[in-house]
Amino acid sequence: MMTTDQEALEEIEIQLLVEGVYRHYGYDFRNYALSSLRRRIWNVVRLEQVDTISALQERVLHNPACLERFVLGLTVNVTNMFRDPSFYLAFRKNVIPILRTYPFIRIWHAGCSTGQEVYSMAILLQEEGLYQRCRIYATDMNERVLQEAKSGIFSLKLMQEYTQLYLKAGGKRSFSEYYTAAYDNAIFRSSLRENVVFSQHNLATDGSFNEFNVILCRNVLIYFNRSLQRRVHQLFYDSLCKFGILGLGRQETLKLTAYEKHYAELERGEKLYRRLN
Amino acid sequence: MAFDLIVIGTSLGGLSALRVLLGGLPPDFWVPLAIVQHRHKDSDDMMSLFLQEYVALPLKEVEDKDEIQPGQIYIAPADYHLLVDRDCFSLSTDPPVSYARPSIDVLFESAADAYAERVIGVVLTGANQDGAKGLAKVKARGGVAIVQDPRTSESTVMPEAAIACVNRLAEVQLAPQRMGSRDRSDSVGVDWILPLPEIAPRLVSLCQPAHL
Repeated sequence: MMTTDQEALEEIEIQLLVEGVYRHYGYDFRNYALSSLRRRIWNVVRLEQVDTISALQERVLHNPACLERFVLGLTVNVTNMFRDPSFYLAFRKNVIPILRTYPFIRIWHAGCSTGQEVYSMAILLQEEGLYQRCRIYATDMNERVLQEAKSGIFSLKLMQEYTQLYLKAGGKRSFSEYYTAAYDNAIFRSSLRENVVFSQHNLATDGSFNEFNVILCRNVLIYFNRSLQRRVHQLFYDSLCKFGILGLGRQETLKLTAYEKHYAELERGEKLYRRLN
Repeated sequence: MAFDLIVIGTSLGGLSALRVLLGGLPPDFWVPLAIVQHRHKDSDDMMSLFLQEYVALPLKEVEDKDEIQPGQIYIAPADYHLLVDRDCFSLSTDPPVSYARPSIDVLFESAADAYAERVIGVVLTGANQDGAKGLAKVKARGGVAIVQDPRTSESTVMPEAAIACVNRLAEVQLAPQRMGSRDRSDSVGVDWILPLPEIAPRLVSLCQPAHL
């Protein structure tokens, strides 16, 4: 095969790059799923206008500003408010009644990226009258996206789509009550983040930092390989209180993980699980 | 030549084309298939349920890190890219590629990266150019490229773009070949342009043990 050597070389370059970034900066991408990691690395190569992954490595290791762009390129998960509205419907139906029995509710939004799902959950909790009892810990490994999440400003163009999703997710008011339009932006009400703590946390390297009633981590673990997924599932299990709730993305599953037997599915098809004793 | 995976991409007209193609595969067909059919991002698993009526092999919408198993047909879930890692699938919610999520290019390119010459890529009817670059990469990595004959396609844009893209690649590759630096037996260009009903039999004969 003409290209076999090039393929092998590409894989060596990827390994050297992520190993170098880990040893020099501490960001650990070594156990990300190779297929999506490869695509994202090549995207950064193109954005940096270099020709090879090795050239990117040289720049990333010697130029901290480039590292910041690299980390952004490898980790930003663009998502929607109320993505997969049926998940939020199921949350209202199956999880809210459980949460009503708690005097105080701690929620961990792991890998919150630019915060769309944090605001979605805050809106839901306000409508259910539980928000005042909640503290939401919204974490991401990336300081830049956390700043964006904190601002609560999203593009006004998206609001039409978000409104549709909000209604499908069981929204009870008019969606426009939650934001103010300013030029091309929708600025979300600051009351939505009153009880939100945004902070940096890296699922690949950091440990547990509290005990939670709910952990939400949707479409984040898909970028990890199986061994890193195992690590994170251990972390989640250890961080959930007894009978705590774990919410995953629509095509994610606990099947084939070591923790399958330690959770019960709350509603068939929706990825909401309840930790058993 | 043995194959580890067959990847199939289609958009407009794809559902009836898939019905014919997958319906033509025998129940003991063992090479796994992974399929991207463009569809609305809110769609549920009705498509798999519909197709299953006509197909002997089991169909499944992929969940993240599903193992790639013989005799199984995998469908890209709506609103996710489907990627191939060694021995398992990964999903991603990265932005659309070629205006599509799932994107055929993403599936094909990752399959070529993971399995190189052990991949067969099939592009069927469709109204955009997604899949053309992916099929060219499958071919460049030594895999087999099959395209539905545009004359039998409900929409010709996708198969025509795929044929053009793979053939452009062939022209680039032919230059060194003429200088004798490449094995002349390596085929260039699309391997087969076939009417829809002939694609399943071709896959069966390609994947027969006699070809091992």
